Amino acid sequence: MHPCTSGKMKTAAIPSNSNRLVEKIGQVSRDLTMRCGNFVFDVVSELGDIVIFAGQIFLWIFTARPKKETLLPNFYAVGVLSLPVVALTGTFIGMVLASQSYTQFKNIGLESRLGAVINYSLVRELGPVLAATMLAGRVGSAMAAVLGTMRVTEQIDALISMGANPIHYLVVPRFLACVLLIPALTVMADFMGILGGYFYSVILLGVDHSQYIRNSRDFVGIFDFFAGIFKSIFFGGTIAIVSCYRGFHCQAGAEGVGRAATAAFVLSFVLILVLDLLLNILLDVAYLAIWPGGAKLF
Amino acid sequence: MARGSKTILILAPEFDVKPTSNVSTLVETREMSLIFGRQTVLNRISLSIPRGQTVAIIGESGCGKTMLLKSLVGLMKPTSGKILFDGVDIHSLNDVDMTRLRRRFGFVFQNAALFDSMTIGQNVAFPTTQHGVPDGKNSDTLVLDRLAEVGLPDAVIAKRPAQLSGGMRKRVGLARALILEPDLILYDEPTTGLDPIMSDVINELIMRTRRKYPVTSVMVTHDMHSAKKVADRIIMLYPYSRLAKGESQVLFDGTPDEIDHTQDRRVRQFVRGEAGERLMEMRAARTENAGLGDLDTLKHLDARGEE
Repeated sequence: MHPCTSGKMKTAAIPSNSNRLVEKIGQVSRDLTMRCGNFVFDVVSELGDIVIFAGQIFLWIFTARPKKETLLPNFYAVGVLSLPVVALTGTFIGMVLASQSYTQFKNIGLESRLGAVINYSLVRELGPVLAATMLAGRVGSAMAAVLGTMRVTEQIDALISMGANPIHYLVVPRFLACVLLIPALTVMADFMGILGGYFYSVILLGVDHSQYIRNSRDFVGIFDFFAGIFKSIFFGGTIAIVSCYRGFHCQAGAEGVGRAATAAFVLSFVLILVLDLLLNILLDVAYLAIWPGGAKLF
Repeated sequence: MARGSKTILILAPEFDVKPTSNVSTLVETREMSLIFGRQTVLNRISLSIPRGQTVAIIGESGCGKTMLLKSLVGLMKPTSGKILFDGVDIHSLNDVDMTRLRRRFGFVFQNAALFDSMTIGQNVAFPTTQHGVPDGKNSDTLVLDRLAEVGLPDAVIAKRPAQLSGGMRKRVGLARALILEPDLILYDEPTTGLDPIMSDVINELIMRTRRKYPVTSVMVTHDMHSAKKVADRIIMLYPYSRLAKGESQVLFDGTPDEIDHTQDRRVRQFVRGEAGERLMEMRAARTENAGLGDLDTLKHLDARGEE
């Protein structure tokens, strides 16, 4: 073949390949944009659905009082049955905090301040978050699974066909149980955590009892205690809304119910942590507004 | 006036959608369509069901029978068109009126849809807890009467749905649907999953219900024996995706006698339980999936299937 001819062929092939590459890149970027768009659309649409769902719950709370027969079983499941597991985990968290902090505090000679750091952490953060996590795992998943099964087996359709509103009949009692009883669970987690921390620090590690108590009293205020309780109410509401929503929008079959239960826990847990941060900022701003002498946040 | 209708007037004097006995048609759909995304399930269905009639809706799986049934009681909202119950467009009602209207419906679900968390007694009594008990009657007595009507002993009252057999659960579902003596009862595949004897028991119960109460019944079923035995009228739906352009989704609307003499090939195939062209479609799909197109391979696959 003549060298010029072969050279022409080569130069003609280069634009063709580059065109194909450009086309490929264009196709990939179009697909990526479409996928991102679909994802954003789905997230916004689901968020809208959750907000509407929550709106319906509040509407029913204020328009019709739920019946005692629907409230009591849910109060029992959320409050009474969750109490032992919350108490147990609270105790161990208090002891773990003590064991983790003791060495570091002893190295700088501040082991007598252990009570302050353990109790502050428990009352402000770990108590409410732990109670909420336990509630999401124990009760939230169960709510999603029960409501999901009711959806799949047409029990929710049966309720509607007999003139009962499923939000009023199924969701409102669960929501009220979570919101009203999570403060009690938080108090239990706080109390048992404080006991566990005291037991490990004073009884097992030999920290001075009077100093431990004095420091705890001086560093943990009533505001911190109520801040924890305040946060827990939002956590409880979030768990109930997310779990019931997931159950109501469950896909068909056993796999759908399983997915709803898992998604309910995962989403509840993520939202608990996000809410925790936002509520902490809000509470710190409120604290500074009430007691302006405190350290500034930003 | 219907016995159930009297009860409605006694219990809910403020009810806006009172039974109007001069209207002979109890349920009517006008050009009703149901579309999910890009999938058309029901397309411009127009039906009229007179009072007291027992209608069987038949058709293959996925043709939209259950969707139609659920739309009739407001469990699904049609994309377009109207559903009239006793002359009232049910989707134009507010929540309060719709709830009151639902007192006049009884729905027997495919798997009974009994509430797992309740006893059988509580399940059957559930409609009375929502709408109240008719004057001069006691809820417990009503529950026992309805259970006796469907042939269940008093002892089942304290049991849970999980402790009953499929046939017993369906009978409990029927008792629950009957407790307030509704004007319209809807049965979603009442005999599916039951043995032939229990299927016939359910058929007899449906017929006995009709004799005892002046009720209008709509039954969705695949069971041609049940449809012919129980129904005054049979309507056959066909999947919208399989229809020729402009063709009605209602392939047949007539009496049980007429369906045996219909000229429509698709209706005949369904009545006789013949696969027809579906077998060829399955074969074509198998060949396509195997990446093979020639006739020899098709025959070879068939031979293997027969082995």
